[in-house]
Amino acid sequence: MRARLNHITATLICMLIISTPLWATAKSFNESIYNPGLLKPIDSLLKLKTGEMAPDFSLPAVSGKTISLKDYRNKKIVVLSFIPAAWTPVCSDQWPGYNIVEEIFNEYDATLLGISVDNIPTLFSWTGQMGRLWFEVLSDFWPHGEVADSFGLLRSSGVSERALIIIDKNGIIRFIKVNDINQRPPLETLVNELQKISAQPKPQ
Amino acid sequence: MKKVKSVNRALCIAFAILSLTVSCAHQPAASLTESVKPPTIGKPLPQISLSTPEGSSIRTYLGLSNATSESFILGEIEYNILLIEIFSMYCPLCQREAPTVNQLYKKIRADQKLSGKIKMIGIGVGNSAFEVGVFKKKYGVEFPLFADSNLKIHKKLGQVRTPYFIAICNQGEMKNRIVISKLGGIGDPHNFLKSMSELADCR
Repeated sequence: MRARLNHITATLICMLIISTPLWATAKSFNESIYNPGLLKPIDSLLKLKTGEMAPDFSLPAVSGKTISLKDYRNKKIVVLSFIPAAWTPVCSDQWPGYNIVEEIFNEYDATLLGISVDNIPTLFSWTGQMGRLWFEVLSDFWPHGEVADSFGLLRSSGVSERALIIIDKNGIIRFIKVNDINQRPPLETLVNELQKISAQPKPQ
Repeated sequence: MKKVKSVNRALCIAFAILSLTVSCAHQPAASLTESVKPPTIGKPLPQISLSTPEGSSIRTYLGLSNATSESFILGEIEYNILLIEIFSMYCPLCQREAPTVNQLYKKIRADQKLSGKIKMIGIGVGNSAFEVGVFKKKYGVEFPLFADSNLKIHKKLGQVRTPYFIAICNQGEMKNRIVISKLGGIGDPHNFLKSMSELADCR
């Protein structure tokens, strides 16, 4: 009897937690955003660490180009923003936020590559809702999540973690932040790291 | 005892179904408590506390020049009508609307009759102070913006989507009552100001 009551209480608490969103939804996406509910914060094991060379990759972008990491070598600091999925709540505002801070990226001689395991048509439709993006959006759809997996960022459900990776001009990983998938990483975290890396171009 | 058990089992199933429904909703799920209903015209606005701004011109604008504590409540601001924009640095429509909202603010400031009566503030929901600062700088926002980083205010306002505009009165029978509650853009700032100025005496 007591166990049953405890069960009811636990269900009730769980229900209340789930019903409180951790984000604010923008009107521009209208009713199109699918809410997957609260997910396990992190669901993969990193395969790389800071100080190591980033694995090179080539992926198709929404712009129609094929983007290779090595093309930025000796030219730009690269920020990889892995997001779990198109048309979900937190992801749908993370990139629009980055879209108004191109100046900050320029200030640190950095560029941004957005990466998702969605296919190009989905990414095209979804990012089209955000307005014109200044950065490339890459599709890690096939082989499914291969790039995410090479970093150890592919979750058991087949989507990637919400992660930020900063790669310096020598191709070395200088910062990895695997965020709680349910929350957006604050912009200042990224800006502070860019500041540190551009002040110290070579790792210690 | 058997009957009690079966009632409990039914309750368990009902709760499980309800939690599943709530977690799978396409919109951020509405909570079950009274306090999170969206703002309704004619109803009072829940008490909102904000950090006292440091800049002297913002303090003067809000009528908080002599404020000594770290935070203040909306009722302490000097206004007949207070227009609150609920926004997020991350929201594309808030970004697109920013120049229009700036125009509205400039029109109010330029109108001698209205500039003391209608005040404007913005609250960046789910935004850190840094993120609010980025939005302010990017769009040259001149009216005071505040951060609601932990979404505490957003919850009090019924978790509205952004941008959202709420106006409240500070006088007469309508004191602290909501007179405008609007999701999305303000449309033509001239027309919006006209409708606000009709409310400016809070009658």
